[in-house]
Amino acid sequence: MPLDYGSPRAEHLAVRSGVGVFDVSHMGQLEVAGPDARVLLGWVLTNRLAGIGPGQGQYTLMLTDDGGVIDDLIVYALLDRYLLVVNAANRDACWARLQECARGRDVEIADRSDDIAMLALQGPDWARALGPLAGSPAPLGLDYFEITEDMIAQVPALIARTGYTGEPGVEIMCPWALAPRIWDALMRGSTPVTSAGLVARDTLRIEMGYPLYGNELSRERGPIAAGLRWACDTAQLGFAGGAAVRDDLEHPPSERLVAFVFDEPGIPRSGQRVLIGDHSVGVVTSGTRSPSLERGIGMAYVRSDLALPDTAIVVDVRGRSRRAHIARRPLVARSPRTD
Amino acid sequence: MADENYPDDLRYHREHDWVRVEGDEAVFGITWFAQDALGEVVFYEPPAVGAKLAADATYGELESVKAVSDIYAPADGEVLAVNDALVASPELVNDDPYGAGWLVRVRLTDPAGLAALMDQASYVAYLAGLGDA
Repeated sequence: MPLDYGSPRAEHLAVRSGVGVFDVSHMGQLEVAGPDARVLLGWVLTNRLAGIGPGQGQYTLMLTDDGGVIDDLIVYALLDRYLLVVNAANRDACWARLQECARGRDVEIADRSDDIAMLALQGPDWARALGPLAGSPAPLGLDYFEITEDMIAQVPALIARTGYTGEPGVEIMCPWALAPRIWDALMRGSTPVTSAGLVARDTLRIEMGYPLYGNELSRERGPIAAGLRWACDTAQLGFAGGAAVRDDLEHPPSERLVAFVFDEPGIPRSGQRVLIGDHSVGVVTSGTRSPSLERGIGMAYVRSDLALPDTAIVVDVRGRSRRAHIARRPLVARSPRTD
Repeated sequence: MADENYPDDLRYHREHDWVRVEGDEAVFGITWFAQDALGEVVFYEPPAVGAKLAADATYGELESVKAVSDIYAPADGEVLAVNDALVASPELVNDDPYGAGWLVRVRLTDPAGLAALMDQASYVAYLAGLGDA
């Protein structure tokens, strides 16, 4: 995936106002099948797996026994198996964790990452771009987080109503060698589709306040500090790492993830200190200039007692103090999920 | 983005800054090569009007989505004006690095120092050398 196709800003704005396509084939795909698949994933993943049935997906986490985050991912229930879409950098770690927890269980685990390509078609015009290519109307009728199989540009594909931009859209998975057919068909269609790169993907997700593994998420922190309580089945806590999550619920972590917006010029960057007065109260985990808001925005872990909307903070940008305030996520209004 | 070009009426600094001399005043900017290396510029931190700039020293920052770059003064001067249009629309430095994307206007305080700068032919040869390195 290239950083950009010429102008990250134009790509970002095209996804917000029209439709863009990202080649996210680097993402990992792990399949889990067999009689014990549901039990295994119910243990390894934090969200309530019983909440989804065939044709549905769910955002969820994989934790260490200590409650640190191994990865954040989407699990899809298909008719005969589960499909986990994981971060490229964590593919091996997720594989190893599944294998470790699968001992003595009747499951088959397959890493399909090298066989499956993935295109993310994102933006309010996604259905107009996809419609003429789809073998049936089914992909256009998907609800948020639903998945279906269909032909796209004569290529067999899985189409999921998911994404990482805050815009409506789909993620299309298909055989690696056939992905260019779908890409080319999107480019040739009558609805203009903007090819978009990694920088736009990052600025779009930061505007939404979506965490990124390696920035906001790591094995050093748990889901409660990251604001991902909603992705954990806290009623049961019957998952690997659940005891640590219970501890965090009873004794809240000292830092919380927040989003913030600059009140003066400048761009925050990962690793910069967050200050109140002369006191360091946190650290920036992601920062950029928001193409939508036209100012600096970011995310940071800050002291929990300060993690409230409208709290005034200062970010130390290479020795210059930049005034900012903590803001509710998303920082930019999400588009309606139905068109 | 503009096509690669290096006008012959400018003088060039090795840190990829240009100067256009206009009597005892001058305009500073960055070259096509510099903006191309940065990528799409999203932020310009200008110096204050009245600031005294020293040749070879940094006086501001340009920031792209990829990187932050210090801006080097190609000559000594006192800032008379900064390009407010560039502060508002930093991408002008990509669109038009020698025109609408200028950075500061200065009063030259050591015009003799301009002799240390490269002319167009020398700068183009210097860039070719960088490519070989």
